Amino acid sequence: MYLSEQNRKGWRLLGVPFLFAIFLLAVPIVTMTALSFWTQDYLTLIKTITFENYKQAWFQPVFQTLFARSLIISLTVTFFTILFAFPIAYYISFYGGKRKALWLFLITIPFWTSYLLRMFLWKVILGYNGVLNSFFDWLGVITEPLTFLLYNTNAVILALVHGWAPFAILPIFVSLEKIDRSLLEASNDLGDNSFNQFFRIILPLSMPGVIGAVLIIFIPCIGDYITPKLVGGPEGLMIANMIQVQFSKANNAPLAAALSVTSLLIVGIIAMAFVFFNRKYLRNY
Amino acid sequence: MKKSNKIFKSIVISFLIFLYAPALLLPIFSFNNSKVIAFPLSGFSTIWFEELLYENTLHNALFNSLVIAISSTILATILGTLVARASTRYIFYGKKISITFILVPLILPEIILGVCLLTVLIQLGLDLNLWSVVLGHTLLITPFSTLIMVSAFNNLDISLEEASLDLGMSSLQTFWIIILPMVSPGLISSLLIGFVISLDEFIIAFFLTGVEPTLPVYIWSQFRFPAKLPSTMALGTVLLIVSLILVSLFEYFRRRMELYNNYGVELDQK
Repeated sequence: MYLSEQNRKGWRLLGVPFLFAIFLLAVPIVTMTALSFWTQDYLTLIKTITFENYKQAWFQPVFQTLFARSLIISLTVTFFTILFAFPIAYYISFYGGKRKALWLFLITIPFWTSYLLRMFLWKVILGYNGVLNSFFDWLGVITEPLTFLLYNTNAVILALVHGWAPFAILPIFVSLEKIDRSLLEASNDLGDNSFNQFFRIILPLSMPGVIGAVLIIFIPCIGDYITPKLVGGPEGLMIANMIQVQFSKANNAPLAAALSVTSLLIVGIIAMAFVFFNRKYLRNY
Repeated sequence: MKKSNKIFKSIVISFLIFLYAPALLLPIFSFNNSKVIAFPLSGFSTIWFEELLYENTLHNALFNSLVIAISSTILATILGTLVARASTRYIFYGKKISITFILVPLILPEIILGVCLLTVLIQLGLDLNLWSVVLGHTLLITPFSTLIMVSAFNNLDISLEEASLDLGMSSLQTFWIIILPMVSPGLISSLLIGFVISLDEFIIAFFLTGVEPTLPVYIWSQFRFPAKLPSTMALGTVLLIVSLILVSLFEYFRRRMELYNNYGVELDQK
């Protein structure tokens, strides 16, 4: 087939989905960016370009705190999720035997139950009169309910690690599966111990999966709305909660847009820097 | 080696318990005969499920969610199939960048998607209703559909298509009679996963729904009332069972797809 025919046929198929993405993704992002340079006076939009919203978004302490907290929470969640996910993926890949598919299925099941309800259940578990406190009380371990469990950043981190675990396990598993097992035999034969074997062969070769997992978790986590709202309390709120407030109650859509654009810039820059510094692992991809 | 294997196994099992623990609380407390969610359990009861039968707002929300889930899943599967077919079959200018662009909603924070879409709808002066949520969900599900369909088309043996064309079928006939049936496990997987994602999606629906609540938006509104807690747990149990059935079906069709491949490989070897 000639290239021009390939071109025509390819675009004939891709045309509609591509236009759909243009109208529902590109146009909205451009509109939101435009909105972030405008201001709003009660209900009327003033369409003169100004950096006022960005000045507020970047320099007001409230927003700075929220951005910093969202970033720290996201990074911590990403770190712990990968830390827990790696041994699981490793076990399934190396010791799973014939039951690999079953193990993976078991791990993904909880992920397909409502995210909203799972996050809410953490509130029920950690609350003052919650499952954990009533359980400890019943056992007689505590006399007063523990209050440090809920409504802080740790609760947000715990709930998010729980919610995003499958997203880390699957990509890491896939890259572990691709490792040529004869490399491990060779290193065994040449006298490497299992510690060296892990750090010199398995970890570097599984890095593409780890990098994928980091991006899949870090980027959406920073914009999570449900979890901080349910289990974060006032000290655990994140930037998404502020964006929603600015959009609705505070009726300042341009500021909400500026906060959204800033969040996108932050995750975009960090994600690109992360991929750049790890590019040597991605050479074959 | 044996000992480390055992340690690993116990880590994996405790992690599985951690993953399942919250979800297991749903059935436990939805059958508990008490208004408070706490231990010790007080007795077995089904009143919380019965209560669900008389909630009209719930039934409304469920209906809205089903309309949205069915429409957006079908739309997204059509779009995803087109993208996947173009991606696996043809080489053309701008292929990589345009397909990457279509996959972007996969990692974009949902709140950003919600804010963007809301901004446009407001600027255009359009009313928010169920259809705005359908558009948002279609955008969100299309990447998932695309990935599933790419793997379905990758398993397709191109010689069957060529044979059909050689034997005088038109390309449209070939598509309907040969290609589509062969990727049907992928289509069904895509429909199931899209349906589950849409039914569960909260934040885009929360932004775009206007006055008509979807199921997650309804559940969110119930969180404010402690008295509604046990019946919300009961609703969660029902949803859990529905997702389990759908995801098991998904797994079944995914394996059929794999079997298909292995069968294809065997044929090639002969």
